[in-house]
Amino acid sequence: MKGLHVRLSKRLGKLEIDVAFSCPEGSTLALIGPSGAGKTTIIRMVAGLERPDDGAILFNGETFFDQEKGIRLSPQKRGLGYVFQDYTLFPHLSLYGNAAFAAKDRTEVEGLFRFFGLGPMRDRKPHQVSGGERQRCAICQAMATRPRLLLLDEPFSALDVVTRRKLRDELKKIKEERRLSVVYVTHDVTEALYMADVILPVVDGKIDRDWLEEITSASGTRNLLAKAVREPKLSLAF
Amino acid sequence: MEFFPLYLSAKLALITTLVLIVIASPLAYVLACFTWPGKTFVDALINLPIALPPTVIGFYLLCLLGPRGTIGSFWDNLFGGSILFTFAGIVVACATYSLPFAIQPIKATFEKLDPRLRESAFVLGLSPLATFFRVVLPNSKNGIAAAAILVFLHSLGAFGVILMVGGSIPGETKVASIAIYEAVESFQYEKAWLLSLAFLPVSYFFLLLVNRLTRREAS
Repeated sequence: MKGLHVRLSKRLGKLEIDVAFSCPEGSTLALIGPSGAGKTTIIRMVAGLERPDDGAILFNGETFFDQEKGIRLSPQKRGLGYVFQDYTLFPHLSLYGNAAFAAKDRTEVEGLFRFFGLGPMRDRKPHQVSGGERQRCAICQAMATRPRLLLLDEPFSALDVVTRRKLRDELKKIKEERRLSVVYVTHDVTEALYMADVILPVVDGKIDRDWLEEITSASGTRNLLAKAVREPKLSLAF
Repeated sequence: MEFFPLYLSAKLALITTLVLIVIASPLAYVLACFTWPGKTFVDALINLPIALPPTVIGFYLLCLLGPRGTIGSFWDNLFGGSILFTFAGIVVACATYSLPFAIQPIKATFEKLDPRLRESAFVLGLSPLATFFRVVLPNSKNGIAAAAILVFLHSLGAFGVILMVGGSIPGETKVASIAIYEAVESFQYEKAWLLSLAFLPVSYFFLLLVNRLTRREAS
């Protein structure tokens, strides 16, 4: 069974996450929704960083998690790339040290550095470079492990509009080059429309397909969104 | 020989510090970063020396390290002879007494570390052990150094527990704190003054260093 197949439930205080979705291999799925809807928790469960109360996660035929069968693959064995929100780089290492941290092939890191234009800052520490450069490095770090599935948690939320546009173009290009499957968490509708093949609105821990329709109608931006799909450079953040 | 107890105290404090940093760092990692059954009980057990009088710790150690005690008989089988009233004996005693003073600050340092750094290492394929060496330790250097200094100072001043386990054998277990006590007991106040004076600048300098390291850690 190719692609990502997820069926999860988890109680987090008042929030009860209960979702089921699938995403074909090589495509990008965007989880979109308001803050506190449980999007990050869902990808943390896919990564193995949090344990669901019930359900199953399968990727390309491999079971990452199955509550009924008692299978729980550790994050180390899932072969994923994970880019955290707000650039989680190792502060004691240079940008190159970070990117090559778990790299399978160092020449690939050089290639990724060139692709993302990080060559001149290779010896700088994360606190010595801009947010955009840190985020590029975080993507390099994840890509250098040759992941089968890339998880991105609001990767551009702390960046300015220009850097965000540039970085998402770069990400889209490299994703297509490597035919990666991507799960992308965002609260930016335009970004989701631009990046994703499948959009999944998550509200209060549940998939709510009416939500996107509702907020776009309510804010009177339906036409603008349609335009955004045709003109990806248009940015519209919610 | 007058000031040999000072050398012995410094040697004891240094060895205890080295031993404890090696033992306490992985223990603190397991306590700070993982959840496991019985963790609360182990945590309380490790902190017991803070709550117990040094003489009580000394008494229990005397039983454990004695010829019929578990550690004592094991030592006898291994090296022949008793560990009591030897320098090795007071190292064991001092390390037990100072263990919580090493664990607590290192644990606090690990707890302050952004948990996403560990999670990031896990997702990148590193085992918890590799994460400890490649991520946790390099990002906790200041906290561990501050803990080492606190342990060093605490071991430098240890008295009751050392007297119980090591007695007062000149050149072997008679450390400065015991020498000061004996000097006062025998009205040799000048000697007591001189030995005590040696502690003051050392302790003050190291405490300044701890403050500096703690500030750097916080920033």
